[in-house]
Amino acid sequence: MAHTIELWIAALLTFMIFSFLYKDNPFYKFAEHLFVGVSAAYWMVIGIWSTLMPNLVARLWPSSVSGFINMPEDAQPEYHFIIPAIFGILMLTRLIDRISWLSRWAMAFVIGFAAGTNFTRYLQSDFVGQIYNSMLPIIVKADGGIAVGAAISSIVLMVGVICALIYFFFSKEHTGAFGAASRLGIWFLMVTFGAAFGYTVMARISLLTGRVQFLGEWLTSIF
Amino acid sequence: MAEGKRDIVDILKAIDRRIIFLLIALAVILPLVFHLVFSVHSSPIVEAIFDKIESLPPGSKVILSFDYGPSTVPENQPMAEAVARHVLHKDLKLYMMAVWATGPPQTEVLIANVIETDFPEKVYGEDWINLGYKAGNQGLINAILLDLKGMYTTDIHGTSIDEFEMMKDVDNLTDMSLILCIGSGFPGMREWVQFAGDPGDIPVAGGVTAVEAPLLYPYYPRQLLGLMGGLQGAAEYEAALVTKYPQYKASSEQAIQLMGPQTVAHLVIIAFVVVGNIAFFAERRRDRRRKA
Repeated sequence: MAHTIELWIAALLTFMIFSFLYKDNPFYKFAEHLFVGVSAAYWMVIGIWSTLMPNLVARLWPSSVSGFINMPEDAQPEYHFIIPAIFGILMLTRLIDRISWLSRWAMAFVIGFAAGTNFTRYLQSDFVGQIYNSMLPIIVKADGGIAVGAAISSIVLMVGVICALIYFFFSKEHTGAFGAASRLGIWFLMVTFGAAFGYTVMARISLLTGRVQFLGEWLTSIF
Repeated sequence: MAEGKRDIVDILKAIDRRIIFLLIALAVILPLVFHLVFSVHSSPIVEAIFDKIESLPPGSKVILSFDYGPSTVPENQPMAEAVARHVLHKDLKLYMMAVWATGPPQTEVLIANVIETDFPEKVYGEDWINLGYKAGNQGLINAILLDLKGMYTTDIHGTSIDEFEMMKDVDNLTDMSLILCIGSGFPGMREWVQFAGDPGDIPVAGGVTAVEAPLLYPYYPRQLLGLMGGLQGAAEYEAALVTKYPQYKASSEQAIQLMGPQTVAHLVIIAFVVVGNIAFFAERRRDRRRKA
């Protein structure tokens, strides 16, 4: 019975959202507002029970939450967690104009940590790693001969990378051979955007198919 | 042509967008109703994941991270279920976790559809384990690269991690033979490459939504072992799986079946793009003639 009610609610909400395709209407607005409200509540609960409780309260005062969250039975208080607790409280001072400047300390910590952690990883994986990935042998040998397909792929990659970089190089006027390479770079970018658009279409159709399949299950449950 | 009389260009330009929506809906509904299925063949980028799992010796450790939510289930769930089925069939140890808070409910769906259905003999804590969700995004990945047990002191049910047989020789991510991420955004595959695969020299592979796939191809093949891009990627993995292991044909063809409507809808969209371009050039030609 409970499953049937769930199915009906989900099906009706799906129709309410789809009704926007005809035109904006109160049913769509209702479903949209309901979704926003439920999402906000869901993430607030997740934030409390997955972040605040296990990562702060359980560390400072384990006995207070031992019955509510997953943690070792012999957990001892870790008093150095008072520091992030203070930073967390400082973040809330944004709500009081007179002392809102205190929140900058917490923000500075968050930004500093994120920048420090991400910088090295992005530098290694996205900068150095991507340069390395772009350096492929133009002549690819396989089974005693030359792998023509792989060789063409490497050449296309090399030409594409160089021409796209030239397109974004603005310290020299895009004329002559340099301009031709720049125009070729635009073509490579356009093909990239086209491929990304194609993938986006596939993603959206997949989601639509999933919803239609669900509505089919709902109809099957009725008849 | 006399002013005021509508020609084909005017008719095409005035098509109500709701007609397009209706045709797309029909393109999706009719193939589902008539069970239209096309054959799918796996590409090298998907085969690379399949071959890697095939090559791992029994007992190897594979981590599967559920970094998606209900909104992308049609794309991501078939991927997760296909790779999990393959991992368990090969007698590998499956460690399931989530960097997304919406991941654990999808893990439960997988447990019901794959483990309880196809592998009821597999023992929890010996063959597979559910570590659940932890907050921290890429910070979590960064932390478990060095100390997994420090972050995961219990499994999802609150049982101490030290009580499980399959956790006894696991200290951090470098003990894993393969990281599989099924993702749909941030944090996801890119963060697994940046914070675990590259620094730990651990093979990373998995599947992402089609929207995200083009952003990840540059990592293949040196930083990313393989990639399932969208529903097509999932279907390709299912095709590879059922070709080698036909016993999973009934349970592991979700994505293959959904590729029918996908293909028809794509044909309709391509037709619209062609018609739109014809209308554009015809209008330009008509305007030139009028000016002349």
